[in-house]
Amino acid sequence: MPSLKDLKNKIASVKSTRKITKAMQMVSAAKLRRAQEAAEAARPYAERMIAVMSGLAASVGKSDTAPRLLAGTGADKVHLLVVMTSERGLCGGFNSTIVRLARAHAQSLLSKGKTVKIITVGKKGREQLRRDFSQYMIAHVDMGAVKRVGYVDAQGIAKDVVARFDAGEFDVATIFFNRFQSVISQIPTAKQIIPAVFEGEAKASSLYDYEPSEEGILADLLPRGVATQIFTALLENGASEQGARMSAMDNATRNAGEMITKYTTIYNRSRQAAITKELIEIISGAEAL
Amino acid sequence: MANTMQFDLVTPEAKLASFQTTEVQIAGADGDLTAMPGHAPLITTLRPGVLRVAGAEGMVAFVVSGGFAEITAESVSVLAERAVPIEEATGTIVDSMLEEARSLAAAALPEDKDAADKLVHDIMALRGTVAI
Repeated sequence: MPSLKDLKNKIASVKSTRKITKAMQMVSAAKLRRAQEAAEAARPYAERMIAVMSGLAASVGKSDTAPRLLAGTGADKVHLLVVMTSERGLCGGFNSTIVRLARAHAQSLLSKGKTVKIITVGKKGREQLRRDFSQYMIAHVDMGAVKRVGYVDAQGIAKDVVARFDAGEFDVATIFFNRFQSVISQIPTAKQIIPAVFEGEAKASSLYDYEPSEEGILADLLPRGVATQIFTALLENGASEQGARMSAMDNATRNAGEMITKYTTIYNRSRQAAITKELIEIISGAEAL
Repeated sequence: MANTMQFDLVTPEAKLASFQTTEVQIAGADGDLTAMPGHAPLITTLRPGVLRVAGAEGMVAFVVSGGFAEITAESVSVLAERAVPIEEATGTIVDSMLEEARSLAAAALPEDKDAADKLVHDIMALRGTVAI
């Protein structure tokens, strides 16, 4: 049985923990709003980019002159996984869901005898993947100094990826990130970016004239498309991270509240017991006289 | 035929402008062009340059880095990697673009050398236009 003083200390400590988690939850809520706005603002560009590219890809795609970023290298041997996670923890299952998906993907590729290379973005993913896949990890992008994800950050990653592709380091590139659905639900997603794949039916774009040429435009657009997709993923990830942290901290705050109630009850009971005990001692002492 | 068309200027980070216009002057990769309502559908890539749009209060100009423009009879959408209103285009922004183009040109393979050099010159010309 803990003493009254121990209980009192315990309650005080849980109370201060609750204050911290509550503050973190509110900070995340504010950051989430900003992240969502950024994701919202980036959507028109990405949508049109994809629409134009898929139109072009549909008309150019089959020819032999199609750019390699679209047609691929013709091989399916070396896979590059770009795993995007957060720089900080305390955000529930956010990082581990991405890592779990990436790990499953990597293992299935390895079991098929393919080569896997991994680029990590964000510290947390690297820490978790290093245990099993350290020999496959070729690069790491540190986002610790980045306060607000900008297009330049995505461009930097894209440039690196495209340069590696041009150098023939891999055949297929896939990005891993959490798609933001709501505060309580983020969906870990794998998306192939090289060779480019387009979802849905590409509508015929024969309507348009092209300047310079279809191939020329496509060759110009595809690297930008890679950057755009990485940028979208980074923004989605940012919003997801804040959403995940918000609900994790909300849970923690609630748990702390429950704990405080529990300990307060125990504290009051044992205080009452001590008083009763003292009274009994006094009364039985008086009776004995 | 309608005498105005929808103009949108979008960058990856935000939608910069969206309004009705009668005329858009675009610095296309293969030469300048002016799009007016009823223009034939066209998709063109951009070179770094100045984009001029007829707005409600006269011409509005933006400095854009590369990207592309989608022109139809009723709309012009410009998707630029980076775009700033010309009033805000300071020397540092253009200089950073120039710097980037130069480093690209220096690293370019022989077959890409011409394109990279052209980019440098486009930006230098742009610098002259903005008159910093």
